Amino acid sequence: MQRFANPARFMRLSAMLLPWSAIAAAVLIAIGFYGALFIAPPDYQQGEAVKIMYVHVPSAWLASLVYAVMAVASAVALIWRHPLAHIAAESAAPIGACFTFVCLATGSLWGEPMWGTWWVWDARLTSVLVLFFLYIGFIALANAFDDRTRGSRAAAILAIVGVVNLPIIKFSVDWWNTLHQKASVFRMGGPTIATSMLWPLLVIAAGFLFLFAVLLMLRMRTALLRAKLRALRFGT
Amino acid sequence: MSGFAALLTRDLRLAFRQGGDVANVVAFFALAVILFPFGVGPDPDLMARIAAGVLWVTALLAALLSLERLFDADYQDGSLEALSLMPVPLEIQVLAKCAAHWLTTGLPLTIIAPLLALVLHFDAAGYPALIAALLLGTPVLSLIGAIGAALTLGARRAGVLLSLLVLPLYIPVLIFGVAASEAAALGLESRPHLLLLAALLAGSLALAPWAAAAALRQAFE
Repeated sequence: MQRFANPARFMRLSAMLLPWSAIAAAVLIAIGFYGALFIAPPDYQQGEAVKIMYVHVPSAWLASLVYAVMAVASAVALIWRHPLAHIAAESAAPIGACFTFVCLATGSLWGEPMWGTWWVWDARLTSVLVLFFLYIGFIALANAFDDRTRGSRAAAILAIVGVVNLPIIKFSVDWWNTLHQKASVFRMGGPTIATSMLWPLLVIAAGFLFLFAVLLMLRMRTALLRAKLRALRFGT
Repeated sequence: MSGFAALLTRDLRLAFRQGGDVANVVAFFALAVILFPFGVGPDPDLMARIAAGVLWVTALLAALLSLERLFDADYQDGSLEALSLMPVPLEIQVLAKCAAHWLTTGLPLTIIAPLLALVLHFDAAGYPALIAALLLGTPVLSLIGAIGAALTLGARRAGVLLSLLVLPLYIPVLIFGVAASEAAALGLESRPHLLLLAALLAGSLALAPWAAAAALRQAFE
């Protein structure tokens, strides 16, 4: 893994992977949404409103996953002192914040017709909101110091501390009684969701995963180029 | 252990000789609580209903106010760096600082809280649970706050940043603290909430010093 910490190698590798990941993301998301909107049946109770799920659930998965990626990158950065890992963590944070925001916003839009309220203060919603604030705090902390490396390291420690929130998000629906439904895909004994609804969901999730990879690579490349530009201009 | 005690007595002595700090926190707490009857109207039933929440939220903000000075004074005059050279592990030093912080904020807040609860017409049955919850919950505020205070050392606008980092992490303490106090006031079982608060305390007691010490180490570099 240490071999990939070389920025020059990363630039070459990402230039090669970027177009293919972009194509994969576009194709998977297109197929997934076609399946979700035209093939998957409407819910017998919720009608067509159930289609919000195909945006809500994949962005919720990605919101947690991106945080995990960010925390692992932060740990790698603190342990082996790879600057590239700091760049990865800091590039992932705004993307994760966006996925979390999309998850909260679509959840709210879905909650209004189904639960009759835009927002309830239950464990799942609150813990995801905390996740959103952790992303915001991470971004703010990384940019709060005149010395950039100091900010990166402080933010990395915060990212690792925030990992305690991930199991709380996952198990909040099992530990507390909430309006939010329990896990129906990643659970013991297999998914309880109909296959006709499950496959578009998984395809869209895979598409979102590639979208995340594309955005992450783009942001990391930009950050590296910006650092290079700064070095050329100011000689630091 | 002697290092822990020495650091604790030093911080306490500093706090009392400089004076005012403890009084300021308590005064802020009392004033902020007293604002609520004016804000929502003096209806006793409404007051009793929101008393636990008001006390907890203001206690949390009062603890937050004093967090900035947890490491900052020692960081500014360089004594923190000298302390880090002591043979006592940095984690133990963080623990001593948190203990001093709790003794100068959490404990006075817990002592004055029943008095303010009286003003807010809090149900008499809820007092033991309120005090127990504050005793268990306020050390967690100091411990989690230490991580935030260590991370924001030397940052621009550190105070605002500190609240942004620490307040989301305070939410569990707030939830279980209020739940314990309210359950008792309504005649329900408050034990499960108190046990969860104790679990939070045990967890943060074990983990927070490591994170705060790591944050302090990278502040020296």
